[in-house]
Amino acid sequence: MPISKVLCRKLSGIAAAGALLTAATVSTPAMAQQPEQYFPVASMRVGPYNAMGTGIFGGVIDYLNYVNIKHGGVNGVKLVYEECETEYNAARSVECYQRLLHRGDQKMLLWDPYGTPLAYAVIGRVAADNVVLAQAGYGRTDAADGRVWPWVFGATANYWSQIAMKLNFIQQKEGGIDKMKGKTIVHLHIDTAYGREPLPAMRQIAKDWGINLIEIPIAPPGLEQQSQWLQIRQAKADWVTFWGAGAGMSGTALTTAARVGFPRNKIIFVTFGGAEEDMIAGGAQAKDTNVVAMVLPGKQWPLIADIEKVLYSGGAGKGNMQNPNRVGTIYYNRGVIAAVNYVEALRNAQRIHNKVGKPVNGAEFRDGYEALDYTNEARRKELGINGMLPPYKLSCRNHEGAGTFHMMQWDGTKFQITTKDWIGPNDPKMIRALIEESAEKYAKENNITLRDCPN
Amino acid sequence: MFYREAGQFRTSYAQDSQIFPLRQDRLGMTIILLIAVLIPFGANAYWLSAILIPWLILSLVALGQNILMGYAGQLSLGSAGFMAVGAFACYNFILRVPDIPFVVAVVLSGICAAMVGIVFGLPSLRIRGLYLAVATLASQFFIVWSLDKFGWFKNYDPAGVITAQKIIILGHEFVSPREKYWVVLAIVVVLALLAKNMARGSVGRGWMAVRDMDVAAEVMGLSLLRTKLQAFAISSFYCGVGGALYAFAYLQTVEPSAFTIDLSFRILFMVIIGGLGTIMGSFMGAGFILLMPIFLNILFHSIFGKSVDASVISAVEQVVFGVMIIMFLIFEPLGLARLWQLTKERLRLWPFKH
Repeated sequence: MPISKVLCRKLSGIAAAGALLTAATVSTPAMAQQPEQYFPVASMRVGPYNAMGTGIFGGVIDYLNYVNIKHGGVNGVKLVYEECETEYNAARSVECYQRLLHRGDQKMLLWDPYGTPLAYAVIGRVAADNVVLAQAGYGRTDAADGRVWPWVFGATANYWSQIAMKLNFIQQKEGGIDKMKGKTIVHLHIDTAYGREPLPAMRQIAKDWGINLIEIPIAPPGLEQQSQWLQIRQAKADWVTFWGAGAGMSGTALTTAARVGFPRNKIIFVTFGGAEEDMIAGGAQAKDTNVVAMVLPGKQWPLIADIEKVLYSGGAGKGNMQNPNRVGTIYYNRGVIAAVNYVEALRNAQRIHNKVGKPVNGAEFRDGYEALDYTNEARRKELGINGMLPPYKLSCRNHEGAGTFHMMQWDGTKFQITTKDWIGPNDPKMIRALIEESAEKYAKENNITLRDCPN
Repeated sequence: MFYREAGQFRTSYAQDSQIFPLRQDRLGMTIILLIAVLIPFGANAYWLSAILIPWLILSLVALGQNILMGYAGQLSLGSAGFMAVGAFACYNFILRVPDIPFVVAVVLSGICAAMVGIVFGLPSLRIRGLYLAVATLASQFFIVWSLDKFGWFKNYDPAGVITAQKIIILGHEFVSPREKYWVVLAIVVVLALLAKNMARGSVGRGWMAVRDMDVAAEVMGLSLLRTKLQAFAISSFYCGVGGALYAFAYLQTVEPSAFTIDLSFRILFMVIIGGLGTIMGSFMGAGFILLMPIFLNILFHSIFGKSVDASVISAVEQVVFGVMIIMFLIFEPLGLARLWQLTKERLRLWPFKH
C-alpha cells in the first residue's frame, strides 16, 4: 500500500500547509479604519484567452490601486478587490461568482467576467442577488434594453451596433449603400454564442442592402481554418467580418488568409479578437488588418500616462502587469476604462444616495451605474480620458451607451486610427428597434413586466 | 475492529442479497444520507450552489460514464454530448408540452438521451477499445453541431443560448439553492441506488462478462447486441438526466458549446481517478476533478494573497493539479474507490496487523 505510506510520510507537510492556511485566513480580516468598497475580479489568466485576461484585469486592478494611491479612494472609501480564476469556463465562473458574492460583511456590487458565455451564465442570477452585470461591449446584446434588464449594462457598446458599424464602414469604403448590392461579405466566426451574437442585426442589414451574406463557423478554439478560408476564396468574398477570440485563433486567421491570398485590408476584426497580441500572433501577415476599437489604445492619454508614472516608473512595483510594456495596449486600456466605469458609478451612487464617504449597496450602485455620463468634456478631461472613449450617457431605457467605434489598422508594429470620428451604424434607430424587439420577446417568454422608463 | 463481521449472520436469502450486507456499511450509509439531507441547514448559498449541486450532478454523469466504461468496458468519449441532449430535451419538453411535471420532463429527457445513445452505440457491435472511443467522439461533435445548426432546439434564440425554465414540482417553485439541492439530491440518490442494484444484479454481470471477454460471454449465451446497447442506453440516460439537471439546477442559462469535448474528457478523468467499475468511485472522482482546482485556487490565494503575481498563481495551480493526477495514477492506478476499499480492509484488522 504505497499510497498510504506516502500519505503518512507527507502528513506533517499537509498539516503544516493546513496550519499555514488557517493562519492566512485568520489574519485576513484586517482592522479596517477606513471604509472599504469591495470589487470582485473574475480574472482569466490561463488558457487560450490569457492575453485578454491578463491585459484587461491588469488594467482593472491597476486603476483600483491607482485611485487608492492617488486620491485615497473614492471620497475616502478605499477600493479593495478579490480575484478568482474563471479560465473562461462558464461553470467555473459561476463558482467564482458565488464565491466572491460575499467578502466579510460586504456583498459584491458588480460582476464583470469579460466573456460572453460567462455573462450568460450569471445573467439569470444578478437581479435576484442585486448585482450589476457590467458587460462592457460583450455579453447578451438585447440586454441593452434597460426596461427588461435593469441590472445589466453594456456600456460602452454592444455587438449589434458593432456589426452595423462595420457594415457602415464597408459601405463608405465601397462608395455608398447602393454599391453594396450583390457584394459578398463573409461572417467568419467562432462557433459559440459569442460568434453568433451579431448575426440577427447583420442578417437584417444584409437583407436591406442586398448583400450576399455567407456565415462560416469555426469550431473553437479555432486553430484550424484552412477549409474555411478556401471557401472564402471560392466565394470571391469582398470583405470578411472576423469574429474570433484568443490570440491563437486570430493569428491563425491572418496567416491562413495570407496563404490563400486574401487581402488583409479587407478583413475587419472584432473588438475582442483584435488587439496587439492577436496581431503579433499573425506575424508579418497581419499588416493592414482592420480592427474595431471601442476604447482607443496608447499611452498618450493623461490617465494612462499617470497610471504608468504612479504604479510602474522608477521601479515602483505597484502595477499588476507582469510585463509593464503592455501598459497602454488595447486590452489594458479597455480594462482601465471598465474600472473607470465602476469608480464613476460608485461616485454617482454615493452622491445620489447621500452616502459620500460611505460604502454603498447593490441597489444604490445600480442607480449610480445608470447615471454614468461621459458627455461632459470637462469631466472627461478631469479623468484624463478625453478622446479615449466615445462620449455617451446611460439612462433608464438605454443601457448600451454610445454604440460608436473607431476603426484601426495594424501597420506591422502598432495600430493606426483610420477613422476621423467615432462612427456608429448607418441607421442606429433600426438597431435599437431590433434590440427592443428581441428584449420584449424575451420579457414575454419569461413573464417579465417591463420597467416604466421615462426616457 | 471497525469492520468486524463477527456475529453478523445471514440466515435468509433476502439477507444475503441485500445491498449493504455489513451493519457498519448500513450505518455509514444512513449517516451519510442524513448528513446529505440535512447539510443545507448548515451550508451557505456558495457551498450549495457552487460546490454541492455541481458535484452531485457531475457524479451522476460520471456514474453514467462508469456504467459504460467501467462495467461494460466500452470506451466512450461522448458523455458531454449526451448531457447536451438531456439539457436541450428538458428545455423543449417544458417549453412545448403545457404543464408537464418537471420530474417527468427530466425522465423523458433522459430517455431521449438514451435513444441517441443507442444510435451512437451501434458501432460498438463491430469495433472496440480505442477505435470505439474515436467513433463515439462523433456523437460529441454531431450533437453539439446539430443543436447549433437547427434553431428549433433553442427556440430560435439568435445567440443560441437557452434559459432554463423554473423548476416547479407539485405547484411549488424551487428557487433557493437549498431547495434545488434537495431536488438534485433526491434524483441522484434514486439513480445511484438503481445503478448499484443494476451493477450487482444479472444486468451488471452481463456487462462485466462482456467487458472481460466478449467472445466468451457470447459463447455462454449472452446477447452482445442487447448487452452493449443496454449499457449505452442506460449510460446515456444517466448523462441525459445529469445534463438536464446541469442546465436547470446549476447553470440556468446554457449554450450547446458549454458541452464541449473538454467536459467529456473531464468526465472521463473523473471515472479513471475515482475508480473504474465502482459506484462510489464516480462520486469520489467527480469530487476530485471538480473540487480540487477550486480548493487549490482558494488555498494559493489565501497563502500568497496579492504578494505573488496572480498569473503565476493561476499557472502554478494547474501545474500542481496536473502533478497530483500523475502522482495519484502512479501510486493508485485503480482509483480513489480502491483506496477506500484498502482502508476498509485495514480497519477490519486494526489494531492488529499481519
